[in-house]
Amino acid sequence: MSSLATSSRSAERTASSSPTRTRPQPGPAPSRQARDNLTGWGFAAPFLAFFLVFLVWPILYGLFMSLTGKSLTGANDNLIGLANYAEALADADMWRSLGNTLYFTVISTVPLVIVALIMAALLNVGLPAQWLWRLSYFAPYLLASTVVSLFFTWMYNPQLGLINDSLAKIGLPKVAWLNDPNVAMWAIVIATLWWTVGFNFLLYLAAMQNIPHQHYEAASLDGAGAWRQFFSITLPQLAPTTVMIVLLQILASLKIFDQVYQMTAGGPSGSTRPVVQYIFETGFTGYRLGYSAAVSYIFFGLIVIVSVMQFVITRRRSA
Amino acid sequence: MATQTLTRPAPHTAGAAAARKPRRKITAGKAAVTAVAALLAVLWLVPFAWATVTAFKSETDAAAPKVSWIPPSGFTADAFVKVFQDGNIPLWTWNSLYTSAAITAITLVISALVAYALSRIDFRGKKVLMTVIIASIIIPPPVLMIPLFYQMVALHMIDTAWAVILPQVIHPAMVFVLKKFFDQIPRELEEAAVMDGASRMRIFIQVILPLSRPILAAVAIFVFISAWNNFLWPFISTNDGSILTLPVGLQTIKSAYGIQYAQNMASALLAALPLILVFLFFQRQIIKGVATTGLAGT
Repeated sequence: MSSLATSSRSAERTASSSPTRTRPQPGPAPSRQARDNLTGWGFAAPFLAFFLVFLVWPILYGLFMSLTGKSLTGANDNLIGLANYAEALADADMWRSLGNTLYFTVISTVPLVIVALIMAALLNVGLPAQWLWRLSYFAPYLLASTVVSLFFTWMYNPQLGLINDSLAKIGLPKVAWLNDPNVAMWAIVIATLWWTVGFNFLLYLAAMQNIPHQHYEAASLDGAGAWRQFFSITLPQLAPTTVMIVLLQILASLKIFDQVYQMTAGGPSGSTRPVVQYIFETGFTGYRLGYSAAVSYIFFGLIVIVSVMQFVITRRRSA
Repeated sequence: MATQTLTRPAPHTAGAAAARKPRRKITAGKAAVTAVAALLAVLWLVPFAWATVTAFKSETDAAAPKVSWIPPSGFTADAFVKVFQDGNIPLWTWNSLYTSAAITAITLVISALVAYALSRIDFRGKKVLMTVIIASIIIPPPVLMIPLFYQMVALHMIDTAWAVILPQVIHPAMVFVLKKFFDQIPRELEEAAVMDGASRMRIFIQVILPLSRPILAAVAIFVFISAWNNFLWPFISTNDGSILTLPVGLQTIKSAYGIQYAQNMASALLAALPLILVFLFFQRQIIKGVATTGLAGT
């Protein structure tokens, strides 16, 4: 990749410094490098302006806030050092919400990857009316979280809900989906699976369609059946995609907030409250901006660790 | 294939039979595959179907303790009429539409410009800029919500469309996706324009952009869907009912309508409809767009 970049860069240099330039430059022509510096930063400027104001500044300002006692009531803007962090690390509610986030991440990532793989594998066999299957599996991904939450809160309704009614019809006991602390997180996982599996499914399907046909032809000549082909060709060929999908899914699941906030508001008794909701609540309901900024940074640290893992793994793979 | 087998000369019949046998096995396998795929499709369509049936019930039937797919007092569009009379859903749809369109337009323009510079122009500090942009991909939006809210208060933008739009136009991953695409456009295509003394901006607009339509569409689709469905930031930055986007507005409906299940489902379906319709029309582009931006950006 780097060799490609250099070679094309030198091509560009020869092209634009070629003597056949017809239009005269107004005034003394600045050196090419100086002009490139100017145009380069000029092209970058609009993005950079937004980037600095709405990303770099808040991320730095948040770090500063986390070192102060700032609150929405404007009480205490003084620097208090790492006191917020010390408090957060000793805060049982913070740990509980972080634990909920990790628990959700583990129990959601597994089905979100496996079901996506199954869906893609089924369609890759070459069923007719491809668009219909894709539409059914992918359509939920196009919904806003609030729509998903309205759908599922209604289906999970303990007395009037479709799910409990269906369970009763086949003789199973009713479940207090969103009201049982032992079940609520699983109910969230089911709704999330329905909502976002279509995204992973599309990524898998695209990767499967990129596997060269010759692999399968060779395998069928050797007499390998569909199962054998799936396990000895498709799965190994998909390994890099799987690694990426798992890591992306972990990163996405760690940010869980919308569905939980909308369906259970973190309950019952805090059993589903994720860390993002804890940040939200300490900041906006508890008015403790400095403290919630500190929790944000602890959460950020977790994301950075996973991202670095992703970087190392993909690096090693491409190296 | 079938005809090939049939036209084979007699001496090969044994081989043909052998060839036919595994094919019958494949059809059996295909039936199983179809069955599983269909079961999944039904499971995935049930929430839509149940929401639709509920939305077309009277409130009394929707709240009846006996769950029914065909309501005792027949189907009615009352819930939709009530939702439209409230007038909020059309207003919120409009809010979502123009904020998402603005976010998509601004994102495309500023990202394509910087991506072009990163791909083609040799300016001082380019490597650092590239590194910073790539590194910023890992910043999770929830980490920004507290300081960004405070900043928006200071800028007097809370409860305006600006608060919703401006922070959502930064998609570092999309810059990376665009840059990678620009890198693959052969330089020769620009050389003629360079010879004519065309400015960078003219080359960018007249040569690069027309060649980049597929990736621009993919990025636009990705950005639009995420803006349209974003909940957390608009939820934090807007409070006034007239400025809410659809996802945030729906959240307030839930508490306002309470146990009016038919109206809840009618609102949810109306909110879902625009993107589902767009998907039906542009399915190929959307699927391709999601597949290209989904992995490439991260």
